[in-house]
Amino acid sequence: MNFDFTDDQRAIKRTARDFLGARYPPATVRALAEDERGFTDEQWQELVELGWAGVIVPEEHDGLGLGVVELVVIAEEMGYALAPSPWFSTTCAALMLVAAGSDAQRERWLGPVARGEARGTLAVWDEHSGWAPDHSEVEPGPDGKLTCVKIAVPDAASADFAIVSGADGRHWLVDLSERGVSSPGITLAAESAIDPTRKLFRMALEGVAVEPLAASLDAVARAYATIVTVLAAENVGVAQRAMEMAVEYAKDRAQFDRPIGSYQAVSHRCAQMLLEVEGSRSLCYWAAWALDNEPDSGPRAASSAKAYAGDAGFRVAASALQVHGGIGFTYEHDLHFFLKRAHANAHAFGDSRWHRDRVADLAGV
Amino acid sequence: MRAVDLTLSPAEAAFRDELRTWLEGNHPGREPPGDEAAFEFRRAWQRKLNDAGWTGVSWPKEYGGRGATLVEQAIFSEEVVRARTPSMANVLALAMGGPTVIAHGTEEQRRRYLPPILSADEIWCQGFSEPGAGSDLASLKTRAVRQGDEWVVTGQKVWTTFAHHAKWCMLLARTDPDAPKHKGLTYFLMDMEQDAVQVRPLRQITGESEFNELFIEEARIPHGNIVGKEGEGWAVAITTLMHERATLAFGLQVSVQIALRELIESAREARGVNGRAASEDPVVRQRLAQLLIESEVLRLNAYRGLSAVMRGGVPGPEGSLGKWHWSEVNQSLTEVAMEIAGPRAMLSDSESNWSYRFLRSRANSIEGGTTEILKNIVAERVLGLPRMR
Repeated sequence: MNFDFTDDQRAIKRTARDFLGARYPPATVRALAEDERGFTDEQWQELVELGWAGVIVPEEHDGLGLGVVELVVIAEEMGYALAPSPWFSTTCAALMLVAAGSDAQRERWLGPVARGEARGTLAVWDEHSGWAPDHSEVEPGPDGKLTCVKIAVPDAASADFAIVSGADGRHWLVDLSERGVSSPGITLAAESAIDPTRKLFRMALEGVAVEPLAASLDAVARAYATIVTVLAAENVGVAQRAMEMAVEYAKDRAQFDRPIGSYQAVSHRCAQMLLEVEGSRSLCYWAAWALDNEPDSGPRAASSAKAYAGDAGFRVAASALQVHGGIGFTYEHDLHFFLKRAHANAHAFGDSRWHRDRVADLAGV
Repeated sequence: MRAVDLTLSPAEAAFRDELRTWLEGNHPGREPPGDEAAFEFRRAWQRKLNDAGWTGVSWPKEYGGRGATLVEQAIFSEEVVRARTPSMANVLALAMGGPTVIAHGTEEQRRRYLPPILSADEIWCQGFSEPGAGSDLASLKTRAVRQGDEWVVTGQKVWTTFAHHAKWCMLLARTDPDAPKHKGLTYFLMDMEQDAVQVRPLRQITGESEFNELFIEEARIPHGNIVGKEGEGWAVAITTLMHERATLAFGLQVSVQIALRELIESAREARGVNGRAASEDPVVRQRLAQLLIESEVLRLNAYRGLSAVMRGGVPGPEGSLGKWHWSEVNQSLTEVAMEIAGPRAMLSDSESNWSYRFLRSRANSIEGGTTEILKNIVAERVLGLPRMR
């Protein structure tokens, strides 16, 4: 029993913290938030060189072949830096292919993903059906072609392929690289997203040729469990950073001739932040460990982490805003970017209520 | 060593299996009613454990302990709760007094005091809080004045669990009234078997009397009964409290898991609105799920705290958070139980004892450090926020 990182994992974490801190200072994050594409090719190439495009891609496809624990370490630091990047969307697509792709699909896409030659995304929510991540009404037509509208698809405009969800847990791969050339049925439109550090798109498909993913519902479920764990880990980083900002501000800001952090109304608020950040972190590490080592408890651990870190991420960021007072409500201050990411993550891939209901189901309530 | 690894090593698993088998074969059954009978039952149970080598799991062998690892100590704390065995009689000495003597006592004190703690021959109580010194413990007024080789102690203590059974009291008293309040304190072991010490039970909101008041009128303590150094009582008391939270957390989180399983069972059986099972009510399901998640946080933070102690020798931030979080989860759990109980929430004689647990849990956020003090500790020592004073 050792619920702690190895020295190697600690080194990954430190490297990630230093690297992302240097490459994504607040001014850069702000500029990318206001940019339409949201990242530069140079920035993506740097992540590729670190191997991050293929963290969970097997080594035979030029990936690092690492586990969910390492993925979670990086996700936490991506959240801490609030680095705008197609890393999350590409990781989602890669997870789906690793878990459920056909041999041909894996052969075609995983290597290019790991080598930084292609990016992917995952299109989950139908425009008009329920919002649960496992609910879609999309069915291919008799000709096998797909007509549907998906909303809030991350980084779709810069993706080379998309995994599209459909009824009964089925998924298909759509090649976006020929978009506008040989695939006129694909239309992408930028959504007006609350969180400007992750670019979301409305994806309309009309009679588009698709290839079904190969594998079982179980494999798909495991990929989704990993995705929600990654989102939860991002929220750990986001909440950690928001908490640090609040604590620093509470030490510096003086009112009534004393630092506001010396008032218990403020300091106890900060202590509550730590309780929720550390609780989220423990659940994320557990989920990551379980997905790698104890598949039976993986789904419950992942939903526990997502529900708790979803709530905690938003609450901590909102509480940090309260500590900052009026300055925290200005666009000039960086805190709102963290609040918005935490909020968006809480609602992506099942909100806390949905994941709690799953926890109740899986625990036999 | 593997990373983020919640599996037990072969040695740890073997320890757990051996303990489980032993507990199955030696479980003493339910406690008899009545304070006196229940206490003697717990004493007998502790002796049985001690004879089989299961007390003081992580204490050094030369003082009667098992000399095992902290992980094995934690496994022990989990397994005895899981097997629903009675508590041991000498719980305060096992959790706090003994570790204090191991950490700060002299070799002579270790040899004198530790074996009778393990055998439950000498029960310990704790004399820290006073009527005027609760959260501000260091302001305590009980005075100890040196007379030759003895100290003469006068004062009053409160919330003293097991005082009427105790041979020794871990007593924090002021030995230097001129020093700053944290500096003038000394940690004594006071013999309870003297007329100068009077014990009066305190009745609590549940109707029972777990706690006592101590009235101390010129009690005598030999100079050799000081643990640590004269004037360093605060540090002796605090370091032990910090370290013990890491171990105690294990038993507490398992108790919560067991109570939660019972609660989920109740929710399946109880009829809620419209005569349907309470467990089918979406709001109840949400609250039970939140408890399931938070009880996992308690478990995982206990593991993380232990890993931090094994790695760096000091508890991480999780240690300060654990007791505070546990009290919130336990209170919330009993509140959900009352919601499920419907009109029976007005009655106090249910078989499942939820109404008792509901009332008892109100003390959780007060005993062993109020939530407000724990938040101060987290804010000041972990987050580095300025002190309020």
